[in-house]
Amino acid sequence: MAKIIGKRIKRNEDPRLLTGEALFVDDVSIPGMLHAAFLRSDYAHAYLRSIDASAARERPGVIAVITAQDMGDEWQPGPPLVSPPPTVKDVIFHSRPQVPLVKDKVRHAGEPIALVVAESRYIAEDAVEDILVDLDPLEAVVDIEKALHPDAPLVHEDLDSNLAAHLIQKRGDYTAARAQADVVIKRKIVIDRGAAGAMENRGIVADWDAKSQHLTVWDTTQAPIPIRNGLAARMGLSESQVRVIAPFIGGGFGPKMMMFYPEELLIPWISMKLGRPVKWIEDRHENFYATTQERGQVHEAEIALTKDGRVLGVSHNFLHDSGAYDPYGLTIPLNTQSHVMGAYDVPNYYSDLKVVFTNKTLTTPIRGAGRPQGIFVIERLLDLAAKELGIDPVEIRMRNFIHPDAFPYQREIIDQAFAPLILDSGNYKPVLEKAAAMIGYDRFIKEEGPRLRAEGRHVGIGIVSFIETTGVGPYEGARVTVEASGKIRVATGVGTQGQGHFTSFAQIVAEQLGVGIEDVHLATGDTSEFHWGTGTFASRGAVVAGNAIHASALVVREKVLKLASKVLEAPEEELELEDGQLRVADIPSMSISLGELALLANPLRGAVEPGTEPGLEATAYFGPQYGAAAFGVHALILEVDPETMMVEIKRYVVVEDCGTILNPLILEGQIHGGVAMGIGNAFYERLVFDENGQLLNASLADYLIPSATEVPRIEVGHEETRSPLNPLGTKGAGEAGTIPVPALFAQALENALPDFNLEILEMPLSPNRLFELLQEKEREK
Amino acid sequence: MNGLYEVDLTVNGKNYQRAVDPRLLLSDFLRHELNLTGTHVGCEHGVCGACTVLLDGQPIRSCLMFAVQANGHEIMTVEGLGTQEKLHPLQAAFVEAHGLQCGFCTPGILMTLLPFLESNPDPDEAEIRHAISGNLCRCTGYQHIVDAVKIASEKLSP
Amino acid sequence: MKPAPFDYYAPTSIEEALSLLARYGYDAKALAGGQSLIPMMNFRLAQPAVLIDLNNIPDLSFIRGDEGGGLRLGAMTRHAQVEHDPLIAERTPLIFETMPKIATPQIRSRGTFGGSISHADPSAELVAVSVILDGLFRLRSQTGHRWVPAKEFFIGMFTTQLEPDELLTEIAFPPMQPRSGWALMEIARRPHDFALVGVAVVVNLDDENRCYNARIGLLSVGDGPVEANRAAEALIGQAPTSEPIKAAAEIAATEDIDPSSDIHASAGYRRQLVKVLTRRALELAFERASSIPS
Repeated sequence: MAKIIGKRIKRNEDPRLLTGEALFVDDVSIPGMLHAAFLRSDYAHAYLRSIDASAARERPGVIAVITAQDMGDEWQPGPPLVSPPPTVKDVIFHSRPQVPLVKDKVRHAGEPIALVVAESRYIAEDAVEDILVDLDPLEAVVDIEKALHPDAPLVHEDLDSNLAAHLIQKRGDYTAARAQADVVIKRKIVIDRGAAGAMENRGIVADWDAKSQHLTVWDTTQAPIPIRNGLAARMGLSESQVRVIAPFIGGGFGPKMMMFYPEELLIPWISMKLGRPVKWIEDRHENFYATTQERGQVHEAEIALTKDGRVLGVSHNFLHDSGAYDPYGLTIPLNTQSHVMGAYDVPNYYSDLKVVFTNKTLTTPIRGAGRPQGIFVIERLLDLAAKELGIDPVEIRMRNFIHPDAFPYQREIIDQAFAPLILDSGNYKPVLEKAAAMIGYDRFIKEEGPRLRAEGRHVGIGIVSFIETTGVGPYEGARVTVEASGKIRVATGVGTQGQGHFTSFAQIVAEQLGVGIEDVHLATGDTSEFHWGTGTFASRGAVVAGNAIHASALVVREKVLKLASKVLEAPEEELELEDGQLRVADIPSMSISLGELALLANPLRGAVEPGTEPGLEATAYFGPQYGAAAFGVHALILEVDPETMMVEIKRYVVVEDCGTILNPLILEGQIHGGVAMGIGNAFYERLVFDENGQLLNASLADYLIPSATEVPRIEVGHEETRSPLNPLGTKGAGEAGTIPVPALFAQALENALPDFNLEILEMPLSPNRLFELLQEKEREK
Repeated sequence: MNGLYEVDLTVNGKNYQRAVDPRLLLSDFLRHELNLTGTHVGCEHGVCGACTVLLDGQPIRSCLMFAVQANGHEIMTVEGLGTQEKLHPLQAAFVEAHGLQCGFCTPGILMTLLPFLESNPDPDEAEIRHAISGNLCRCTGYQHIVDAVKIASEKLSP
Repeated sequence: MKPAPFDYYAPTSIEEALSLLARYGYDAKALAGGQSLIPMMNFRLAQPAVLIDLNNIPDLSFIRGDEGGGLRLGAMTRHAQVEHDPLIAERTPLIFETMPKIATPQIRSRGTFGGSISHADPSAELVAVSVILDGLFRLRSQTGHRWVPAKEFFIGMFTTQLEPDELLTEIAFPPMQPRSGWALMEIARRPHDFALVGVAVVVNLDDENRCYNARIGLLSVGDGPVEANRAAEALIGQAPTSEPIKAAAEIAATEDIDPSSDIHASAGYRRQLVKVLTRRALELAFERASSIPS
């Protein structure tokens, strides 16, 4: 019976954060530190003819101005982060990674052209304005469908077209399935771009100490270890000469995972060149151009069903917007493909993916990472089928769910980990039943809805399901140490951006070593503490690092018991480990504290036995065979004001199944935050580009992140289907809140406006867009 | 005159005298001149609220004020609210309700709530949400923040 | 997003401020609350060479009634102060209703009445409200002063009659006419955002319950404050019932405005919102006027 895992324990890290005593990157201050700013392109697509930085260099307080030319041979594109999947046949992939500074051609608005280093950020920005740049604008590629027209301008001129990649995946035989179907529904579905919008913008401080030949970098990265390894390689240093610290980070959500941003290479580079610490903090305006974005896709999708609503197959041709470069490979669209079959048993599947270059900021995963798009497609198709066949939306889902006995379920396509997609475990019906019960689905359909509509109110209900692949490898590691103080020190490679690792990971250790979580000190995101691992992304931190910590704690527990058995002269089975003490059961006088035991394990005299190690410490790794598949259902009731198109969410219900829950308080927080982001994605947030590739809403005043009045109270229910893939039985949950929300909104809005017979096939929406859609429907009548 | 300006102000009860460039934003002054890094900068255009501090007891956006303008005034930042050993009841309520995740927006929210709770000792959920509608949070979805405020209002005026 | 350098002055009297404006004129910007100017300076969209800080001039901040039953405010009076002032509630209840709808409490702590007026954002509530309340603005320079009616003060987007050497020092509102009703309604995506569309109305009923005065001011539908004159005219002599109200709302939406489309709202959607909000605002305003005994 778990004592600490699964408990709603308050967070260890909160007092520091609440009193302003937690270090974020911009809080780092080093004597002699200089400040950087970038000259960025105003044009989305242009030839760079010349740069004249002489006035900038002469400005008092300016230390250096660097262009691509100034970098000489050290100017190199890339490195790419994720290569294309080797396991899929006939993949076409044109790798075009990002560049540190524009050399001859600008490919997106905001691309950095020059780096300025000065005594202050204020002076650096003054100097940026001194630089004279001659840019020859070109026609921009913005619309992803037009990007593939034969006469479209080329983002990368060494290619024949703007096709970045082409990949086909299939399962079974969709064409045959279609021929046998009673109903085939085909629609075009369009999903547009959004930003992660973390409250903290990116930032880097690099400090090259020439005397010790050591580089220290503070970086708002979700992946400090790969950054360290990459920097060492690029700078010609050994890995031990580089320390990367990801301190407290003000929200990650994906884009802080991208590597290498130009700034991540340039700031350490210039620090080494100048022999001085250099700081670069992204401002919010820059963030809209220089930090990655996501979600643009266009699907031509089709679903084939029997008249009972059984899905025979799904097919979709889709375009994915990569932006100007593609260092992140096919991760996002592979996730989309992995989720277009949803939680359903779809025996036949065909997917033709084309990734397209455009003159926009690059796309890399943002919370959901391609899964929301896949779920939007399947849930919409299913809803349209339900309407056409006269089947209730809950019923049609029940009829198609993967059966609990069918797990592990083979999807027979390749996923983002380049492995065949397998859904490990699940039990879907009870989750949907619970969600329907919590929102009062039957009562709403039969009584409440009709009654309110008779009063003239436009209320609607929505309920959708989704899967989420989580907890992918390759691996993470952890070291657990009992210190002489009796406190436990844990180190792991993943970073933390608010997910409560300091607490949930402490719980995992406390469970094994009989201490309170306040006695567990966790070091994350510092390569000098732990240097093997990947990073925090793809809802994998708790699953992969958590299990590594668990494995490590188990070994330490064994060591503790073995040594205590010797010291207390009692068999291990008779020992109790509680409150930091080892006790012989029923003999309270025979005890020793963990701290004392740790001292004994590290003697100053005597000999450590051969084949053993000093101390009470262990390092262990965990690499899951494949990712665990979580599942959930979201439901909501909303009301539309048909005069103003303003939407109010009346109730919002989530039932999630992410296996074993480490800390329900933290889990609920993740779900609330994910739903809030999903609401933003569904109804408020859209990056608007004009035909010249100019971003029209590059500020928080015009890019609408939901505030407290736009997010409802969210009721959360839980089901627990343990994953067989790891000892803790846990699955990831970081992105779950976000994934189904657009599909949910679409269903509920259609339900609220039945007279219009709306078909919502796009995301995001807004009251303005809703008005336009209804006007179109009026005109059709 | 294009030189430095003398400012004389009080921050968290302590008096400071400095010479500053007039264009130095108050947010940068607090963070980098006085090393009070608890106040965070999220947007520098007055929307996100992360930089909220109290000026003579009133909540303001420190990114929309120049440090020179604070001459002769009293400022309170999150560092003046409580310490790790002795949290202010409002801060303690945030721990209890899990009202923060990454913690970046949190100091600004605390400083917004302090005067709000003084003039609204018993707010309901809608009032709380409206009061913090000028503080963006990307992590929590706001629910646990609302719960924290309810707990705090009980503690501060039972 | 750091501002460009500037010369800074912090005058402590109106005369000193006017003398600085006379000297620096075109190169200078007056700094009031800073809630609109400083973001623009941080974006470097505004780069004044000289900044004249008005925040240390106590004479510019006041709220007082005048003998006629009207109201006068100093240009540097903070929104937060106006928001809680009983004289405002009594003599200009439309302004009192407007204040909590302006941005957020943090912005209102610093933002000023005169600053908002001088900035002349077509989405600013106080701009439309001062026009329909027939506000009078006092513009002072070193050489003299003039009173300009609100209607004439706003020339275009962010453009007013203020000359480079002039300072808005005072705003006066006449007393309300008998049996006044008022309302301000806005639609915004989030409570503190600029309104997609806003409608401010003032109406008056005579002893026979007929409308003898109507003013309808609109936000966010043009380059400056827009008055729905034809809609207002159509209300004169009418009873405050749903038919004339609906008709007026229709006229406001179709004849009185020529809104443009932007990323937040299309022209068509704006017209729809004008129609709906005008109707709702008139309903509330007439209800209030009716409740005042003849």
